[in-house]
Amino acid sequence: MSPRETDDVSGVETTGHEWDGIRELDNPLPRWWLWTFYACIVVAIVYWVLMPAWPGLHGYTHGTLKMSDRAQVVRDLDALKTQRSAEGAQLRNASLEQIEADPKLQAYALAVGQSIFGDNCATCHGTGGTGGKGYPNLRDDVWLWGGTPEDIQHTITVGVRSDHPDARFSQMPAFGKDQLLPAEQINDLTEYVVALSHRPANAGAVGRAAPIFQANCAICHGPEGKGDPTKGAPNLTDKDWLYGADRADIHGQIWNGRGGVMPSWQKRFDPETIKALAVYIHANAAGQ
Amino acid sequence: MQQSLVKEGGAPLDAVILLAFTCLGALGALLATAFSADPLFRFHGYVFLIAFIVAAGVLTVGISSGRFRGDPKSYEDGVIRAGVIATMFWGVVGMLVGVVIAAQLSFPRIFYFPEFGWLNFGRLRPLHTSGVIFAFGGNALIATSFYVVQRTCRARLAGGLAGWFVFWGYQLFIVLAATGYLLGVTQGQEYAEPEWYIDLWLTVVWVAYLLVFLGTIWKRKEPHIYVANWFYLAFIVTIAMLHIVNNLALPVGLLNHRSYSLFAGVQNALTQWWYGHNAVGFFLTAGFLAIMYYFVPKRAERPVYSYRLSIVHFWALIFIYIWAGPHHLHYTALPMWTQTLGATFSIMLWMPSWGGMINGLMTLSGAWDKLRTDPVMRMLVVSIAFYGMSTFEGPMMSIREVNALSHYTDWTIGHVHSGALGWVGFVTFGAMYCLVPWLWKKDRLYSDRLVEWHFWIATTGILLYITAMWVSGIMEGLMWREYTPQGFLANSFVETVSAKHVENIVRTIGGLMYLTGALIMSYNLWRTIRMPSTSKEDSAAALPAMAVAS
Repeated sequence: MSPRETDDVSGVETTGHEWDGIRELDNPLPRWWLWTFYACIVVAIVYWVLMPAWPGLHGYTHGTLKMSDRAQVVRDLDALKTQRSAEGAQLRNASLEQIEADPKLQAYALAVGQSIFGDNCATCHGTGGTGGKGYPNLRDDVWLWGGTPEDIQHTITVGVRSDHPDARFSQMPAFGKDQLLPAEQINDLTEYVVALSHRPANAGAVGRAAPIFQANCAICHGPEGKGDPTKGAPNLTDKDWLYGADRADIHGQIWNGRGGVMPSWQKRFDPETIKALAVYIHANAAGQ
Repeated sequence: MQQSLVKEGGAPLDAVILLAFTCLGALGALLATAFSADPLFRFHGYVFLIAFIVAAGVLTVGISSGRFRGDPKSYEDGVIRAGVIATMFWGVVGMLVGVVIAAQLSFPRIFYFPEFGWLNFGRLRPLHTSGVIFAFGGNALIATSFYVVQRTCRARLAGGLAGWFVFWGYQLFIVLAATGYLLGVTQGQEYAEPEWYIDLWLTVVWVAYLLVFLGTIWKRKEPHIYVANWFYLAFIVTIAMLHIVNNLALPVGLLNHRSYSLFAGVQNALTQWWYGHNAVGFFLTAGFLAIMYYFVPKRAERPVYSYRLSIVHFWALIFIYIWAGPHHLHYTALPMWTQTLGATFSIMLWMPSWGGMINGLMTLSGAWDKLRTDPVMRMLVVSIAFYGMSTFEGPMMSIREVNALSHYTDWTIGHVHSGALGWVGFVTFGAMYCLVPWLWKKDRLYSDRLVEWHFWIATTGILLYITAMWVSGIMEGLMWREYTPQGFLANSFVETVSAKHVENIVRTIGGLMYLTGALIMSYNLWRTIRMPSTSKEDSAAALPAMAVAS
C-alpha cells in the first residue's frame, strides 16, 4: 500500500493502491454514465410493464399491451388471406384455359408462380428455369411428361418417382450395370443413339445395333427413337440431352439407367398455388 | 508453496505427478484406440496417444537430467513466451481460414472443392470461428493472464509445471477440435462444436488453469487484487460453468465419438445461446478487458482513470451479461417473455460495457500525445473505440424491432467482426507488441514502422469489412421482407444471395488486409526476438516478492 497522493496531470488523488507500477485515480463515476445507466434501467422497467416479461409459478406477466407473437402471426396470415381472397377464389374456380384467357387473372397467377418458383423450384431447375445436367430445362419445348398446362399441373402435383402413390414413374434399365446387355452391344448402341440425333457415327456399329435397339429400347423410346411423353421416355433424335450429349454421357446413361426424382408438391401447396405455378411455367416455356 | 514442491536432491514433485498422469493417459488412450470400432474416435485416440507419449518422454528426460526446478527468485516466463508464439501462430491460421471461407462465399464456383469434402464451407466455418476465438484469443488470454497475475501479485506462478500443463493441454484441445471439425466430429452447437471427450479434456485443462490462477493470487504479496485479475477470474470461472452446462450430453458409447445433448428443442436452443452469448461476454469481453486494464495503463504510464468506475462496471457487467442470451432467439419458438428479458437486459448492459471503455480511454488523459508517437498505443486505443462501438451496436440489435431486420443477415457478421477484429484482435496485438520486448529482454521492437504499416492496413481492412457487411446485411434484410402488391415475397432467397456479390468481395479484401497485417506483425515480432538482448537485468521491483525479501 502506497500513500494516497495527488496526480500531477489531473490534480485527482490516487487510491493509494499500486501494482507493478500501476496506480488508480479516485475519480467519481462520470455523471452522464450513471444517469444513462439509470435511464436504461427505467426503459427496461417500462418495457416489462408493457410487454410479456417475468415468469411466475403459473404462467408469466402478460404486460399491459397484451402483445403476443403467436396472435400477431395469426392476424398477419388472416390479413394476407383477405388480401388474396378475391383473386384466390377466382384462381380456385377457373380452369387453366380460363386463367390463361383472362389477362388480369393470368397476371395474378404469374405473380404467384414467380414467387413460389424462386424459393422452391429454382433450387434444381435454376432461377431462370433453364435447368442443368440431370435437371430438365423448363424454358424450351422439350417435355419428358408433356408440356400442356394440365400435364405440368399434374407433374407438380404428383412429382416424378416421388413418394406420391400416383407419381409419374418410369425406369430405364441399367443395361450395363445389371448385365442385361454385353459391353460391346452397349458400345454399338451408343453409336446408334448418336446417329439418331443426326450426328456422324460408326456405320458398322449402327448397323449391328439396329436390331438391339428395336428389341430393347423401342418399347419406350419408339421404333424411331422419338420418345413417348406418356411413358416419360425422352426423344433421342433432338438436341436436348438431360444427362449430356457426349458419347461418354450417352454410354453412361445406357450403362447406369439413371432417373431423377422430383418431389410431389401436393402437401406443401394448395391447388390454387399449383395451378398458378403451372400457368407460370407454361407461360415461360417455348411452344405447346 | 513453490518451495515445498522442490526438495533438494530429489525429483521435483510436480514433474513426477505430471509424468504419472501422462503415463496413465497414454495407457487409457492406447486401450480406447485399440478397442474402439469407430474410426473417427480411433483417430483422436491416436492423437491423444502421441501427445501423451511425447509428453511422458520429455518429462522423463527432463527429470533424469535434473531440470524442472523452477527458480523461486524469478517469474515463470517460459510458458508465457510459448503462449505468445502460439497466439500468433493460431491467429494467422484462423484468419487464413477466414479469408478462404470469405472467398468461397464470393466465388463459390472457384473455391469449391467437391473432391475434398473436408474443405467444404460447412467444415471450414467452425474451424475459422474456433480458430480465432479459442486458439488465437484463448492463447492470448492464458499467456497474458499468466504474465499479469504474476506481476500484479508479485508472486511466481503457482503449481510449478502446472502452467505448462495448461499450455500444452490447451494446444491438444485445439488440435483435437480442429481435426474433428474437418473430419465431421461435431455436435453442431455454435462455438461448442467439439464432442464429449474433447469437452472432458478441456474441462481438466480448465480446472488446472483455474487452480494455477487462484494459487498465484493466494500467494500474492500485494494487499489488494488488481482489477485485471478480477476480470481474468470472472472469465475463467464463468467459462468453466458455461462449458460444463452447455455440453452436458450422453455419449452413444464410451468408445464412440458421437453424443446427444441432455437438452432438446427450445431448451437446447436457449441453453446454447446462454452459452454462446456469454462466450462473447466472458471470453471476448471480460477476458480482454483484463488485458486492457493492465496493458493500457502500463503502456500509457498513467494511473487508471477511476477505481470506483472499475468496481461498479465490473459487477454490473457480471450480473447483467449472463441474462442477455435470449436475444439470439427473437421471433422463434422461445416464449415471448424470455425474449423480452433478453432484450431488456441487453439494453441495461450498454453502460456497464461502456464503463470499461471510459476507464480505458480516460486513462490516457495526460498521455494523448502518445497516439502520435507510439503506434502500439494507437492500436490499443483504437481497440477500445471498436469495443465501445460494438457494445453500443449489440444492445441496439437486441431490440426486437431492430432484430427483425438484422437477424440472420450479414449485419450480424459485421457486428461480430467489428468486435472481433477491432476490439479482440487489436487489444491482443497491442498486448503482444508490449510483451515480446519485455519477455525476450529487448529495449524496443524491431521496427515501429512495420507496426505503423500493420496498424493502417488492418484498420482499413476492418472498415472495409464492417461497412460491406452493414450494406449487404441491411440490403438483404430489406429484400427478405419485401412484398409485391399482391402480397407475395418479391425476392427469392437466391436473388438476395446474388445481390450481395460485390459486398462479399469487399469483405474478402478486408479480411485479406487484416491477415496481411498479422503476417507483418509476425515478421516484426520474429525479428524482435532475434535481436541481441540489450535490456539490463530486471530491477528489484520487477521481481517476485521473495527475491526482494532475501
